[in-house]
Amino acid sequence: MYTELVMDHFTNPRNVGEIADADGIGEVGNAKCGDIMKMYIKVKDNVITDVKFKTYGCGSAIATSSIATEMIKGHTIEEALQLSNKAVVEALGGLPAHKIHCSVLAEQSIKAAIADYYTRQGIDPTPIVGEIHECCHDGECGKE
Amino acid sequence: MHRFVYADNSATTKISKNVLDAMLPYFTEGYGNPSSLYALGQQARAAIDEARHKVAVALGAKKDNEIYFTSGGSEADNWAIKGAAHEMAKKGKKHIVSTKFEHHAVLHTLDALKKEGFEITLLDVHEDGLVRIDELKAAVREDTALVTVMFANNEIGTIQPIAEIGEFCREKGILFHTDAVQAVGNVEINVEDMKIDLLSLSAHKIHGPKGVGALYCRNGIRIETLINGGAQERSKRAGTENTAGIVGLGVAITDAVSDINARCEKLKALRDRFIDGALKIERSRLNGDREKRLAGSANLCFEGIEGESLLLWLDHSGICASSGSACTSGSLDPSHVLLSIGLPHEIAHGSLRVSFSDENTTEDVDHILNVLPLIIDKLRAMSPLWERIKKEEKGE
Repeated sequence: MYTELVMDHFTNPRNVGEIADADGIGEVGNAKCGDIMKMYIKVKDNVITDVKFKTYGCGSAIATSSIATEMIKGHTIEEALQLSNKAVVEALGGLPAHKIHCSVLAEQSIKAAIADYYTRQGIDPTPIVGEIHECCHDGECGKE
Repeated sequence: MHRFVYADNSATTKISKNVLDAMLPYFTEGYGNPSSLYALGQQARAAIDEARHKVAVALGAKKDNEIYFTSGGSEADNWAIKGAAHEMAKKGKKHIVSTKFEHHAVLHTLDALKKEGFEITLLDVHEDGLVRIDELKAAVREDTALVTVMFANNEIGTIQPIAEIGEFCREKGILFHTDAVQAVGNVEINVEDMKIDLLSLSAHKIHGPKGVGALYCRNGIRIETLINGGAQERSKRAGTENTAGIVGLGVAITDAVSDINARCEKLKALRDRFIDGALKIERSRLNGDREKRLAGSANLCFEGIEGESLLLWLDHSGICASSGSACTSGSLDPSHVLLSIGLPHEIAHGSLRVSFSDENTTEDVDHILNVLPLIIDKLRAMSPLWERIKKEEKGE
């Protein structure tokens, strides 16, 4: 079901944990859907110098957050904002169709962390980051 | 170091040597068509007759011809429910009572009947995963055609009050079907004593082959023809018989019921050892009644983690088990069974089903119990949900 790379990131996730003095923290997803991603970033001179994540969710949720942290670490904020869910999926060598939403969640969690960083700087993040979709399932989470 | 533990026997089982040995000749020298009149065909016919007799005996059926072979449990469920419903509709009875946590082979069949104009009442199964006979009595109506309640639940293993339901239905003249796919060989069944009219079973849950099952249909009950064609299965289900598979079912069910008490005692010991050990894990819970459950089956939830990642780690440690999380079902919601016993989504996502067979050992259970807390710790350490649960605990 999963590629070797997905399993590698699942069993040896990179950059797991928290950053105590993070410059931005983003959390997306919810418990009802079964996945929550929380991203911590450290920013210096517009560059993401450190990133850590915590994820509650399935194998692909953990793998996508892990690889996404590798893809933005050491990169500028602008570059991090360019990271698409598609790029995350490609980097993992593909995901099963019903797991694509996990990669959307990874993309959104990074955007949420950057938005928080801007908010802390007193800058309105919306024009830069855009809307954050806190849920990956097109708003179906609320449906009973 | 690396140990392989198969603990998903509610999903399927390994074919036993006894079953395999009985089946093999029918792939090679015993290949005759059971409908052919020469000896080669008649030998196959005799093997099928013998298997039918074995299934009838195992279920306590009055006559062998009450057993119809099918391609498995799902087919038997579909046939029993649709077949009986369509016959009863001719008498103006178009109401069916069932439960919220039936197997999809039953629930989706009922959905299909609903589209045809049948009315369906699904009973609650409560926190303990048990149907209440009083609620069933209150749900039936003048036009109730059929009651279908599973014997034992496939996910949480709870065993329903089948004899009481049978007694009531017989009294009321309502047909009673039970999906006994998980129960056969694990619970003592007697269709006569329990007043069961229709019963579905499957071979591969009891160390038999996949692709073969049976429907018990009590003599005198009319159900419509499933497959039109030749005269096989009393002209109700046409098609050349799966001789080897049917022979395998006959042996599997005989073996399963012959040592049922001793085997269940052994399975209970394994199951209880597992439950007691696993419940030591913080914020865990057992799903379904502790006592009224299949001897080898346990379903637990662990808060703050998601079932699929738990299964992947278990697999990594050589352990096969299953979960009712949304991610494993490929849908947005966790299992309907776990929701039916009132679990919130976020707890149901963290479910684990472990189901033992008589091939499992105490060492297998201990291996799972050694590995499981470490995996759960690892997943919780990286879970923002667990972080939240712990904060709430501290009142932050």
